[in-house]
Amino acid sequence: MKPFTYERAASVEAAAKAAASVQGARFIAGGTNLLDLMKLQVETPAHLVDVNHLGLDRIEKTEEGGLRIGALVRNTDLAADQTVRRDYAVLSRALVAGASGQLRNKATTGGNLLQRTRCPYFYDTRMPCNKRKPGSGCGAMQGMSRSLAILGVSDACIAQHPSDMAVAMRLLDAQVDMVGADGAKRSVPIADFHLLPGDTPDRETVLKAGEMITSVTLPKPIGGAHVYRKVRDRASYAFALVSVAAIFGEDGTARFAFGGIGAKPWRVAAADAAAKQGAKAVAEAALAGARTTHHNEFKRPLVERTLASLYRQQEARA
Amino acid sequence: MKFDTPAGINPIDKGRVVGIPHDRIDGAAKVTGTAPYAYERHDAAPNAAYGWIVGSAIATGRIAAMDLRAAESAPGVIGIVTHANAGKLGKGNMNTAPLLGGPQIDHYEQALALVIADTFENARAAAALVRIDYAAEDGKFDLAAERLNGVIPPEGFGGPADTKAGDFDTAFARAAVKVEQTYTTPDQSHAMMEPHATIAAWNGDKLTLWTSNQMIAWSVGEMAKTLGISKDNVRLVSPYIGGGFGAKLFLRADALLAALGAKQVGRPVKVAIARPQIPNNTTHRPATIQRIRLGADKDGVIDAIAHEVWSGDLPGGGAETAAQQTRLLYRGANRMTAHRLVTLNLPEGNAMRAPGEAVGLLALEVAMDELAEASGVDPVELRIRNDVQYDPEAGPQRPFSSRKLVECLRAGADRFGWAKRNPKPGQVRDGRWLVGMGMASAFRNNLVGKSGARIGVDTKGRIIVETDMTDIGTGSYTIIGQTAAEMLGVDLDQVTVRLGDSRFPVSAGSGGQWGANSSTAGVYAAAMALRAKLAEKAGYPADKAQFDDGLVKFGNQSQTLGALAGGEGIWAEDSMDYGDLDKRYAQATFGAHFCEVGVDMDTAEVRIRRMGGAFAAGRILNPKSARSQVIGAMTMGVGAALMEALDVDTRFGFFVNHDMAEYLVPVHADIPHQDVLFVDELDDKSSPMKAKGVGELGICGAGAAVANAIYNATGIRLRDYPLTIDKLLKAQAA
Amino acid sequence: MTSDHVTRRGLFQGGAALAATAPLVSQAMAAPAQPSSKGTPMSPVELTVNGREVHLQLDPRTTLLDALREHLHLTGTKKGCDHGQCGACTVIVEGRRINSCLTLAVMHDGEKVTTIEGLGTPEALHPMQKAFIVHDGYQCGYCTPGQICSAVSVLEEIDAGIPSHVTEDLAQVAFSDAELRERMSGNICRCAAYSNIIAAMRDVAGETQA
Repeated sequence: MKPFTYERAASVEAAAKAAASVQGARFIAGGTNLLDLMKLQVETPAHLVDVNHLGLDRIEKTEEGGLRIGALVRNTDLAADQTVRRDYAVLSRALVAGASGQLRNKATTGGNLLQRTRCPYFYDTRMPCNKRKPGSGCGAMQGMSRSLAILGVSDACIAQHPSDMAVAMRLLDAQVDMVGADGAKRSVPIADFHLLPGDTPDRETVLKAGEMITSVTLPKPIGGAHVYRKVRDRASYAFALVSVAAIFGEDGTARFAFGGIGAKPWRVAAADAAAKQGAKAVAEAALAGARTTHHNEFKRPLVERTLASLYRQQEARA
Repeated sequence: MKFDTPAGINPIDKGRVVGIPHDRIDGAAKVTGTAPYAYERHDAAPNAAYGWIVGSAIATGRIAAMDLRAAESAPGVIGIVTHANAGKLGKGNMNTAPLLGGPQIDHYEQALALVIADTFENARAAAALVRIDYAAEDGKFDLAAERLNGVIPPEGFGGPADTKAGDFDTAFARAAVKVEQTYTTPDQSHAMMEPHATIAAWNGDKLTLWTSNQMIAWSVGEMAKTLGISKDNVRLVSPYIGGGFGAKLFLRADALLAALGAKQVGRPVKVAIARPQIPNNTTHRPATIQRIRLGADKDGVIDAIAHEVWSGDLPGGGAETAAQQTRLLYRGANRMTAHRLVTLNLPEGNAMRAPGEAVGLLALEVAMDELAEASGVDPVELRIRNDVQYDPEAGPQRPFSSRKLVECLRAGADRFGWAKRNPKPGQVRDGRWLVGMGMASAFRNNLVGKSGARIGVDTKGRIIVETDMTDIGTGSYTIIGQTAAEMLGVDLDQVTVRLGDSRFPVSAGSGGQWGANSSTAGVYAAAMALRAKLAEKAGYPADKAQFDDGLVKFGNQSQTLGALAGGEGIWAEDSMDYGDLDKRYAQATFGAHFCEVGVDMDTAEVRIRRMGGAFAAGRILNPKSARSQVIGAMTMGVGAALMEALDVDTRFGFFVNHDMAEYLVPVHADIPHQDVLFVDELDDKSSPMKAKGVGELGICGAGAAVANAIYNATGIRLRDYPLTIDKLLKAQAA
Repeated sequence: MTSDHVTRRGLFQGGAALAATAPLVSQAMAAPAQPSSKGTPMSPVELTVNGREVHLQLDPRTTLLDALREHLHLTGTKKGCDHGQCGACTVIVEGRRINSCLTLAVMHDGEKVTTIEGLGTPEALHPMQKAFIVHDGYQCGYCTPGQICSAVSVLEEIDAGIPSHVTEDLAQVAFSDAELRERMSGNICRCAAYSNIIAAMRDVAGETQA
């Protein structure tokens, strides 16, 4: 871990200002991903702005009937929130499918959106990785890529987005609310918040220097049956090979978002549109443009299988 | 004491303390966090500086240039050890590659420098400033590609590389039922919870190491040899070890570099190998390719059996002896086994829990399941039919000392409800789960080794035992205490056990599941010597004196142990050494594993629903901790079956998934309640304890039972471990 | 022997394995407080650890785990991976279990920390510690303090109705072995005392069966 300086921000404005005025500054919230990477010098911030004490840990109803979730709401608290459990159950389900109880007690809503890939070549600083060190090449593409992405990938990078929570947020059409160093506020749909790797896999979100996530806003509840299915190599405490977040409506419509397969939380309109045709059609639509390696080509059939499982459970419930 | 004739009735047979389930005597220290592990000895080395290892970024080649300037001038740095300033170093007999590399580099993450600083944070940060330019060379990293270049390996613990009896080829050719299959197992990592760690301190030319090591005397010798100093000048202290599984059998880089670092900076230095460094810096269980051929009659009775194994290691390394059990487990007049070793420039392969059998049975016991199906014989019955009461390579003149495989099979099957299994695969469903049952035999050699102890009694009648034996979670503290208590007629809470210090008599150490039986036999020997001294002092005939209730008794006379000990106390020291009983008799432990799995009909996720087994391992010294050893090993078998694999990048020559987020081992949610039955057995040819090893038996065959259950659930037979979702889906589609 | 490393590495697009680990640090980056020649300036940190107030001057890089182990000599909390992958470092901060390796001590200034040493002592064991002994819920002992801190917290989490991955009805959290296993999965035990740990927890919870 490189030396850094540390300050505990007193207000959102002060935090944003501090982050913008110090080169190499980063916000730290839960720290569960950032510190992991700092120890390996994958991340090397010069200055940390602690945003844990800014009052951003509230969950409140919006005027539109939705829910505003403070960026510092811990994963555990969000999953346990009564409104979330009742109206946005897929979010609760996705959250508790991720990480461990200890990590969820610390990890935050905003931080989870910024979670970085689990690609092993990204984690080993001696290996080429365009995301960690632009221009150094991709170690994974011709290497061990079993866990990596098949959608949204580029010639530069096939890293997967590892979050479960973000998949549910994507499904729920969340808005990411941010405040800039100049105090300017903006919100972007989560669909636009994460960037695809393209030629610049080091750029992962639309956040500008010093800009900070203050909350994530959910639209009003849409009802339906909420499910999150995560398929992994052990029963718990592992990243997804494939995960599917879904909401099934009573009329046979459904919407789907996918984890473990995309460079970002994955959702395509065509997959939702194919809902009435069943798992195979949804999978085909979702997987349009998929690019696999020898090691991760199994994710194609696994997406369909996971969907089939969800459909089967839906039928059993009906 | 020498053990060269089968044991008769002896004080252990009383069974007042030994053989009874006891809570661990080190339990309170462990559950309160007060048991001190290697890196935690602030008491012993209060001024320790912190070392951080810099590992090689390439697998093969040389250091072209090393620039330490930035690191040296970084905050807090007080020294840097490299090959250039470490002085001439030898290499331990049991190390394949030097622990400090350079200029030659033998494998990825081989230690090339130790950066020492005043704080942990400064050492770690400065280590990243060491610049190394490499001249890389080509290496070989692909076992399958190198298979044909295999050579006959040197003989190791597993005996000769090749064995044969009868005429396998002819018998196999004429067999009515044949199985001929190739199985592969991946490189695996011990992944014990405590990283390799050492604090080293010099006092003049005397070196003390507070370390985490399974084999104290071995490692004293290895350190002395590596540093070129006298063994007398090396002290190892290792009272608590946070898991080993073979990873800590040997001297590793943490200990050597801490010693070199402490010398350089003139103060104690502490070093832990960082978790992401461990899989590539240290040892691992090597991958294998195994070809098995079974030829049987139509009733499944084996006439021909062959097991050939290919594995790789660094130049000078050894083979994974995966055909070991096939030499002894089943009948068949015509048989052969062979091991071939190829040179690979991956990190060093070496022993991991049940080296040989753990992966050998992953192959053999699936082959047996295939034979059961091919011959239409129930898998349990097939194994019973193929039982043999003597070493089938040597013939009836070399019987087993005790062999209760059939009893284990029957008792285990009964307890598990094996009779309810539908032999036809893919027939049982429970909701979304395809349900299947599988089983496998368990087999692990019983090894014995010379082991010493010192035992004393103080004026209060309290017994103290000292031996350099280690407790790596195995329960050594408690069984040694039980043995002493039994021998001297006191309760367990009257015994103090001190372990893991090279100042104590040399024990067998912890490895190869020889530790429990051998070390307690050493305590038995020392206790016999103490009994003789106490009887003499009491004026009683040594062979007639009784030791009960803290008293030495003879006829209707008695004296308390404390009174006899007087103010000085009385001490005795002895060791147990072995004759040729393990040559005249085949000695092994046996068992039967049973497993029920559910396989998701859509996603092929596998869940263990039930798991249990029956095991015979001689006298079970402490059924409580022995059961824990077995369930823990079964769980490691589940890991081997379902998830554990070090992924080799054959371009860069390293294990890619080198941390605990990527190298998956079972978690709580993977493991249901596990049922263990110990079948009554006393093995009088193993030791006076009549015990055998049990710490590794539980992994042997466990993974195969899982694989066979998956087959029974799905009809999918996978032969390439681990049996992950991707492979199941692919097989299903094919 | 003299072959150029770069050339060889070039075969694999890019060759990041070039220099040992990382480029040179420029420490004097425009941070508000300049690091001294001895490195980063120390930060004062005040914690209440097991009911005792402690005042520390720490390098801000010091994790809560290292503050406990190296500075306060509370070595009951273990370092298994230092990356949030094993759970050996689990402690209870402000009533919640967390991985002490993935948080900076300075981030907890003013907070209450309970470690294994705060739960009980050999002379006065916490019921969970006692149950671990009785059920042999450990072997090597290295993951044990983390398992026990988690186990204590898990029972509270179930009582508090916090859902888990195996909770069938999100509105109703019920005690079961499956709940215990899922919630304890962030604490790896390579010796695999898992089924004994569950028995110990069930015992403490006063539940005789799942």
